[in-house]
Amino acid sequence: MGDTIASLRIGESGIIEDFSLDVIPLCLLEMGCLPGKEVSLIQIAPLKDPLYIKVNGSHLAIRKEMADLINITKL
Amino acid sequence: MKNNAVLNVALVGNPNTGKTSLFNQLTGLKQKVGNYPGITVDKKHGKCKISDELTAEIVDLPGTYSINPQTLDETIVLETLLNTNNESYPDAVIVVAEVENLKRNLLLFSQIKDLQIPTILAINMSDQMERKGIDIDIAALKTALKTEIVLISSRKNKGIDILKNELANYKNWNTETLANISTKIDAKYFKELETTFLENSLYKSWLLITQQEYCLFLTEEQNNKINAFKTDIEKIKKYQHKETIFRYQRINEILKTTYKIDKSKATDLRSKLDSVLTHKIWGYVIFAVVLLLIFQSIFEWASFPMDLIDSVFANLSELAKTNLPEGVFTNLIAEGIIPGIGGVLIFIPQIAILFLFISLLEETGYMSRVVFLMDKIMRKFGMSGKSIIPLISGTACAIPAIMASRNISNWKERLITILVVPFTTCSARLPVYAILIALIIPSKRVFGIFNLQGLTLMALYLLGFTAAICSAILLNNILKVKSKSFFIIEMPNYKVPSIKNVFYEVVEKTKAFILGAGKIILALSIVLWFLASNGTSAYKNAEKYVPTLEENSNLDTEALQKKIASYKLENSYIGTMGKFIEPVIEPLGYDWKIGIALISSFAAREVFVGALATIYSVESEGEDVGTIKERMGAEINTKTGLKRFNFATGMSLLLFYAFAMQCIGTLAIVKRETKSWKWPILQLSGMGALAYIAAFIAYNILK
Repeated sequence: MGDTIASLRIGESGIIEDFSLDVIPLCLLEMGCLPGKEVSLIQIAPLKDPLYIKVNGSHLAIRKEMADLINITKL
Repeated sequence: MKNNAVLNVALVGNPNTGKTSLFNQLTGLKQKVGNYPGITVDKKHGKCKISDELTAEIVDLPGTYSINPQTLDETIVLETLLNTNNESYPDAVIVVAEVENLKRNLLLFSQIKDLQIPTILAINMSDQMERKGIDIDIAALKTALKTEIVLISSRKNKGIDILKNELANYKNWNTETLANISTKIDAKYFKELETTFLENSLYKSWLLITQQEYCLFLTEEQNNKINAFKTDIEKIKKYQHKETIFRYQRINEILKTTYKIDKSKATDLRSKLDSVLTHKIWGYVIFAVVLLLIFQSIFEWASFPMDLIDSVFANLSELAKTNLPEGVFTNLIAEGIIPGIGGVLIFIPQIAILFLFISLLEETGYMSRVVFLMDKIMRKFGMSGKSIIPLISGTACAIPAIMASRNISNWKERLITILVVPFTTCSARLPVYAILIALIIPSKRVFGIFNLQGLTLMALYLLGFTAAICSAILLNNILKVKSKSFFIIEMPNYKVPSIKNVFYEVVEKTKAFILGAGKIILALSIVLWFLASNGTSAYKNAEKYVPTLEENSNLDTEALQKKIASYKLENSYIGTMGKFIEPVIEPLGYDWKIGIALISSFAAREVFVGALATIYSVESEGEDVGTIKERMGAEINTKTGLKRFNFATGMSLLLFYAFAMQCIGTLAIVKRETKSWKWPILQLSGMGALAYIAAFIAYNILK
């Protein structure tokens, strides 16, 4: 219900929903961040940004503004 | 070994897969670093003997997650694999993958495979499979991927010979495509694409369409043809996304039956380390300690070899003077070339130590954690967490630092990083600082443990960083550059650094610096010597003119010689130039001799010390050469009768060198990276103005 990667708490995970292709750069998809995949939040940087996530086997850090554009269903 | 066939092999792979380790194993010390034509991306290549008849010329392409480039370095991968006229166009490609994240590595593999160049998959870090509970059905995977596969462990030198044997057989490799993009996305569209560009494989045509802007090798005719086909940009973008999703689907299908991982064996070393190293307090404390350790080591470890180099070259100069027959040629060697070479070599210890640490931080995976920790803070200054790497590298040399800013994908953040990096205290400033501090700051202990000279140096470092941060804030507020921002970094697994990789990295970076900057420094030293030992008619008549002056009539021969020498310097070409700018620099506390050093260090700061050394050694002709410091310390201000390098002048010079943009190499690289003269000119004038004002204020308060 309106959840995004940015609304996860540390240790929580969710399933990525379809996202708008205009806002998500191709390279994020290429790193494995795809619709239908499980994403979990590993760590948040001390100043609440960026977010350290694990998705589809890759460990990535992305900024909150982008994480906020990726809708998920919480698990 | 004549008529030995040479095979062009390209190494491709994700970052952090041990691709460079493999390259080091294959080529060893036979590797070289060159440049790709037209751009300053390091091209690492080297020879590797495959068999008695076959040698491979191996190119280590920049690490990338996809053939679709995000950075300048990554465009090299695209260019090398698409441009058949490229001198490194490969006969065969080795895709290096890592065993743990095989899925993502296979995305790149699938793209390259579809180009239908003979390709082999080398799965690295295979020695860790058992420990990590990974089981791969290699035979089935080979069939599914339509490729040869070799399990290797580049760090332990395992599987390398098998890989070489396979390479000898490259002509028999299967070159079928892996993911048939056409049928799954839009059959009609791709059919049309295929028939329009019959000369290429379908995937290559698709890449030319989607990555046209990076394919600089295309002819006008080819570009027109592509433009004619490229009508619906939105559609192309959509299909690119679909293509990636489709590739992952294929890879998932294949791995489902061939790749098994026993999750219970997974260790949580990564999460344990992460929770400490990215902790909100400990994370920063550890980073601060690491930085302190780096800088401390640079001074502690480098001072001995630097002093050694300094005195060896001073002795060599003297030796040359006393043992070679007198004449212009001897002077050139003793006063031009030897100090020039010494001025270059003196940087080696510090540069090598700094690169040693940077390469250790990157090898272990810690650097990504620093980027993660610092991103939000750096963004407040208009930069990115990734700016940390250029800012730290900048303490060695701004040139590689500016090149390291390439992986910042946001243009504004990258531009600001490029513009402020030259404020960080690069190693070229160090000899200037070192000699000035030694002259004006007493070497005494404060608070029991700190050396006052060391503290001054530390303060100058902080000053450089502060100037960088403040100007970044300023630029962030005035620059109106729109750019799409995205920030994605991989957080790699922690690794024990490979000594071999670190060693090669340090050697390569140091060599690149010496050869690059060294040429400028050496050339300038020689030019400087020439300008100091030639001059107008007053210079040529010095021997006759000076003894006729009344004030000199009572002098003995030795004192007279001194007078002649300094009269000569004053009237040499460089002396004339120094005199010319004297009125401008007098308010800063400098005389025309320091003016000479300023002019000559305009192109490269470190020339300052060498220039003063040259000036004073030309002046003290025939005498003991002594070390540069001794000569500078003995210099007297003719107006005040006090030491020339007193506290006020010294501080003024320190501040001038802290802020001024005196490096042609950096200006050139900024021009190249920003593709405009606007930014280097801004740096030159802005930093110059700041330097002048700061030096002026300091001198007038302290004098």
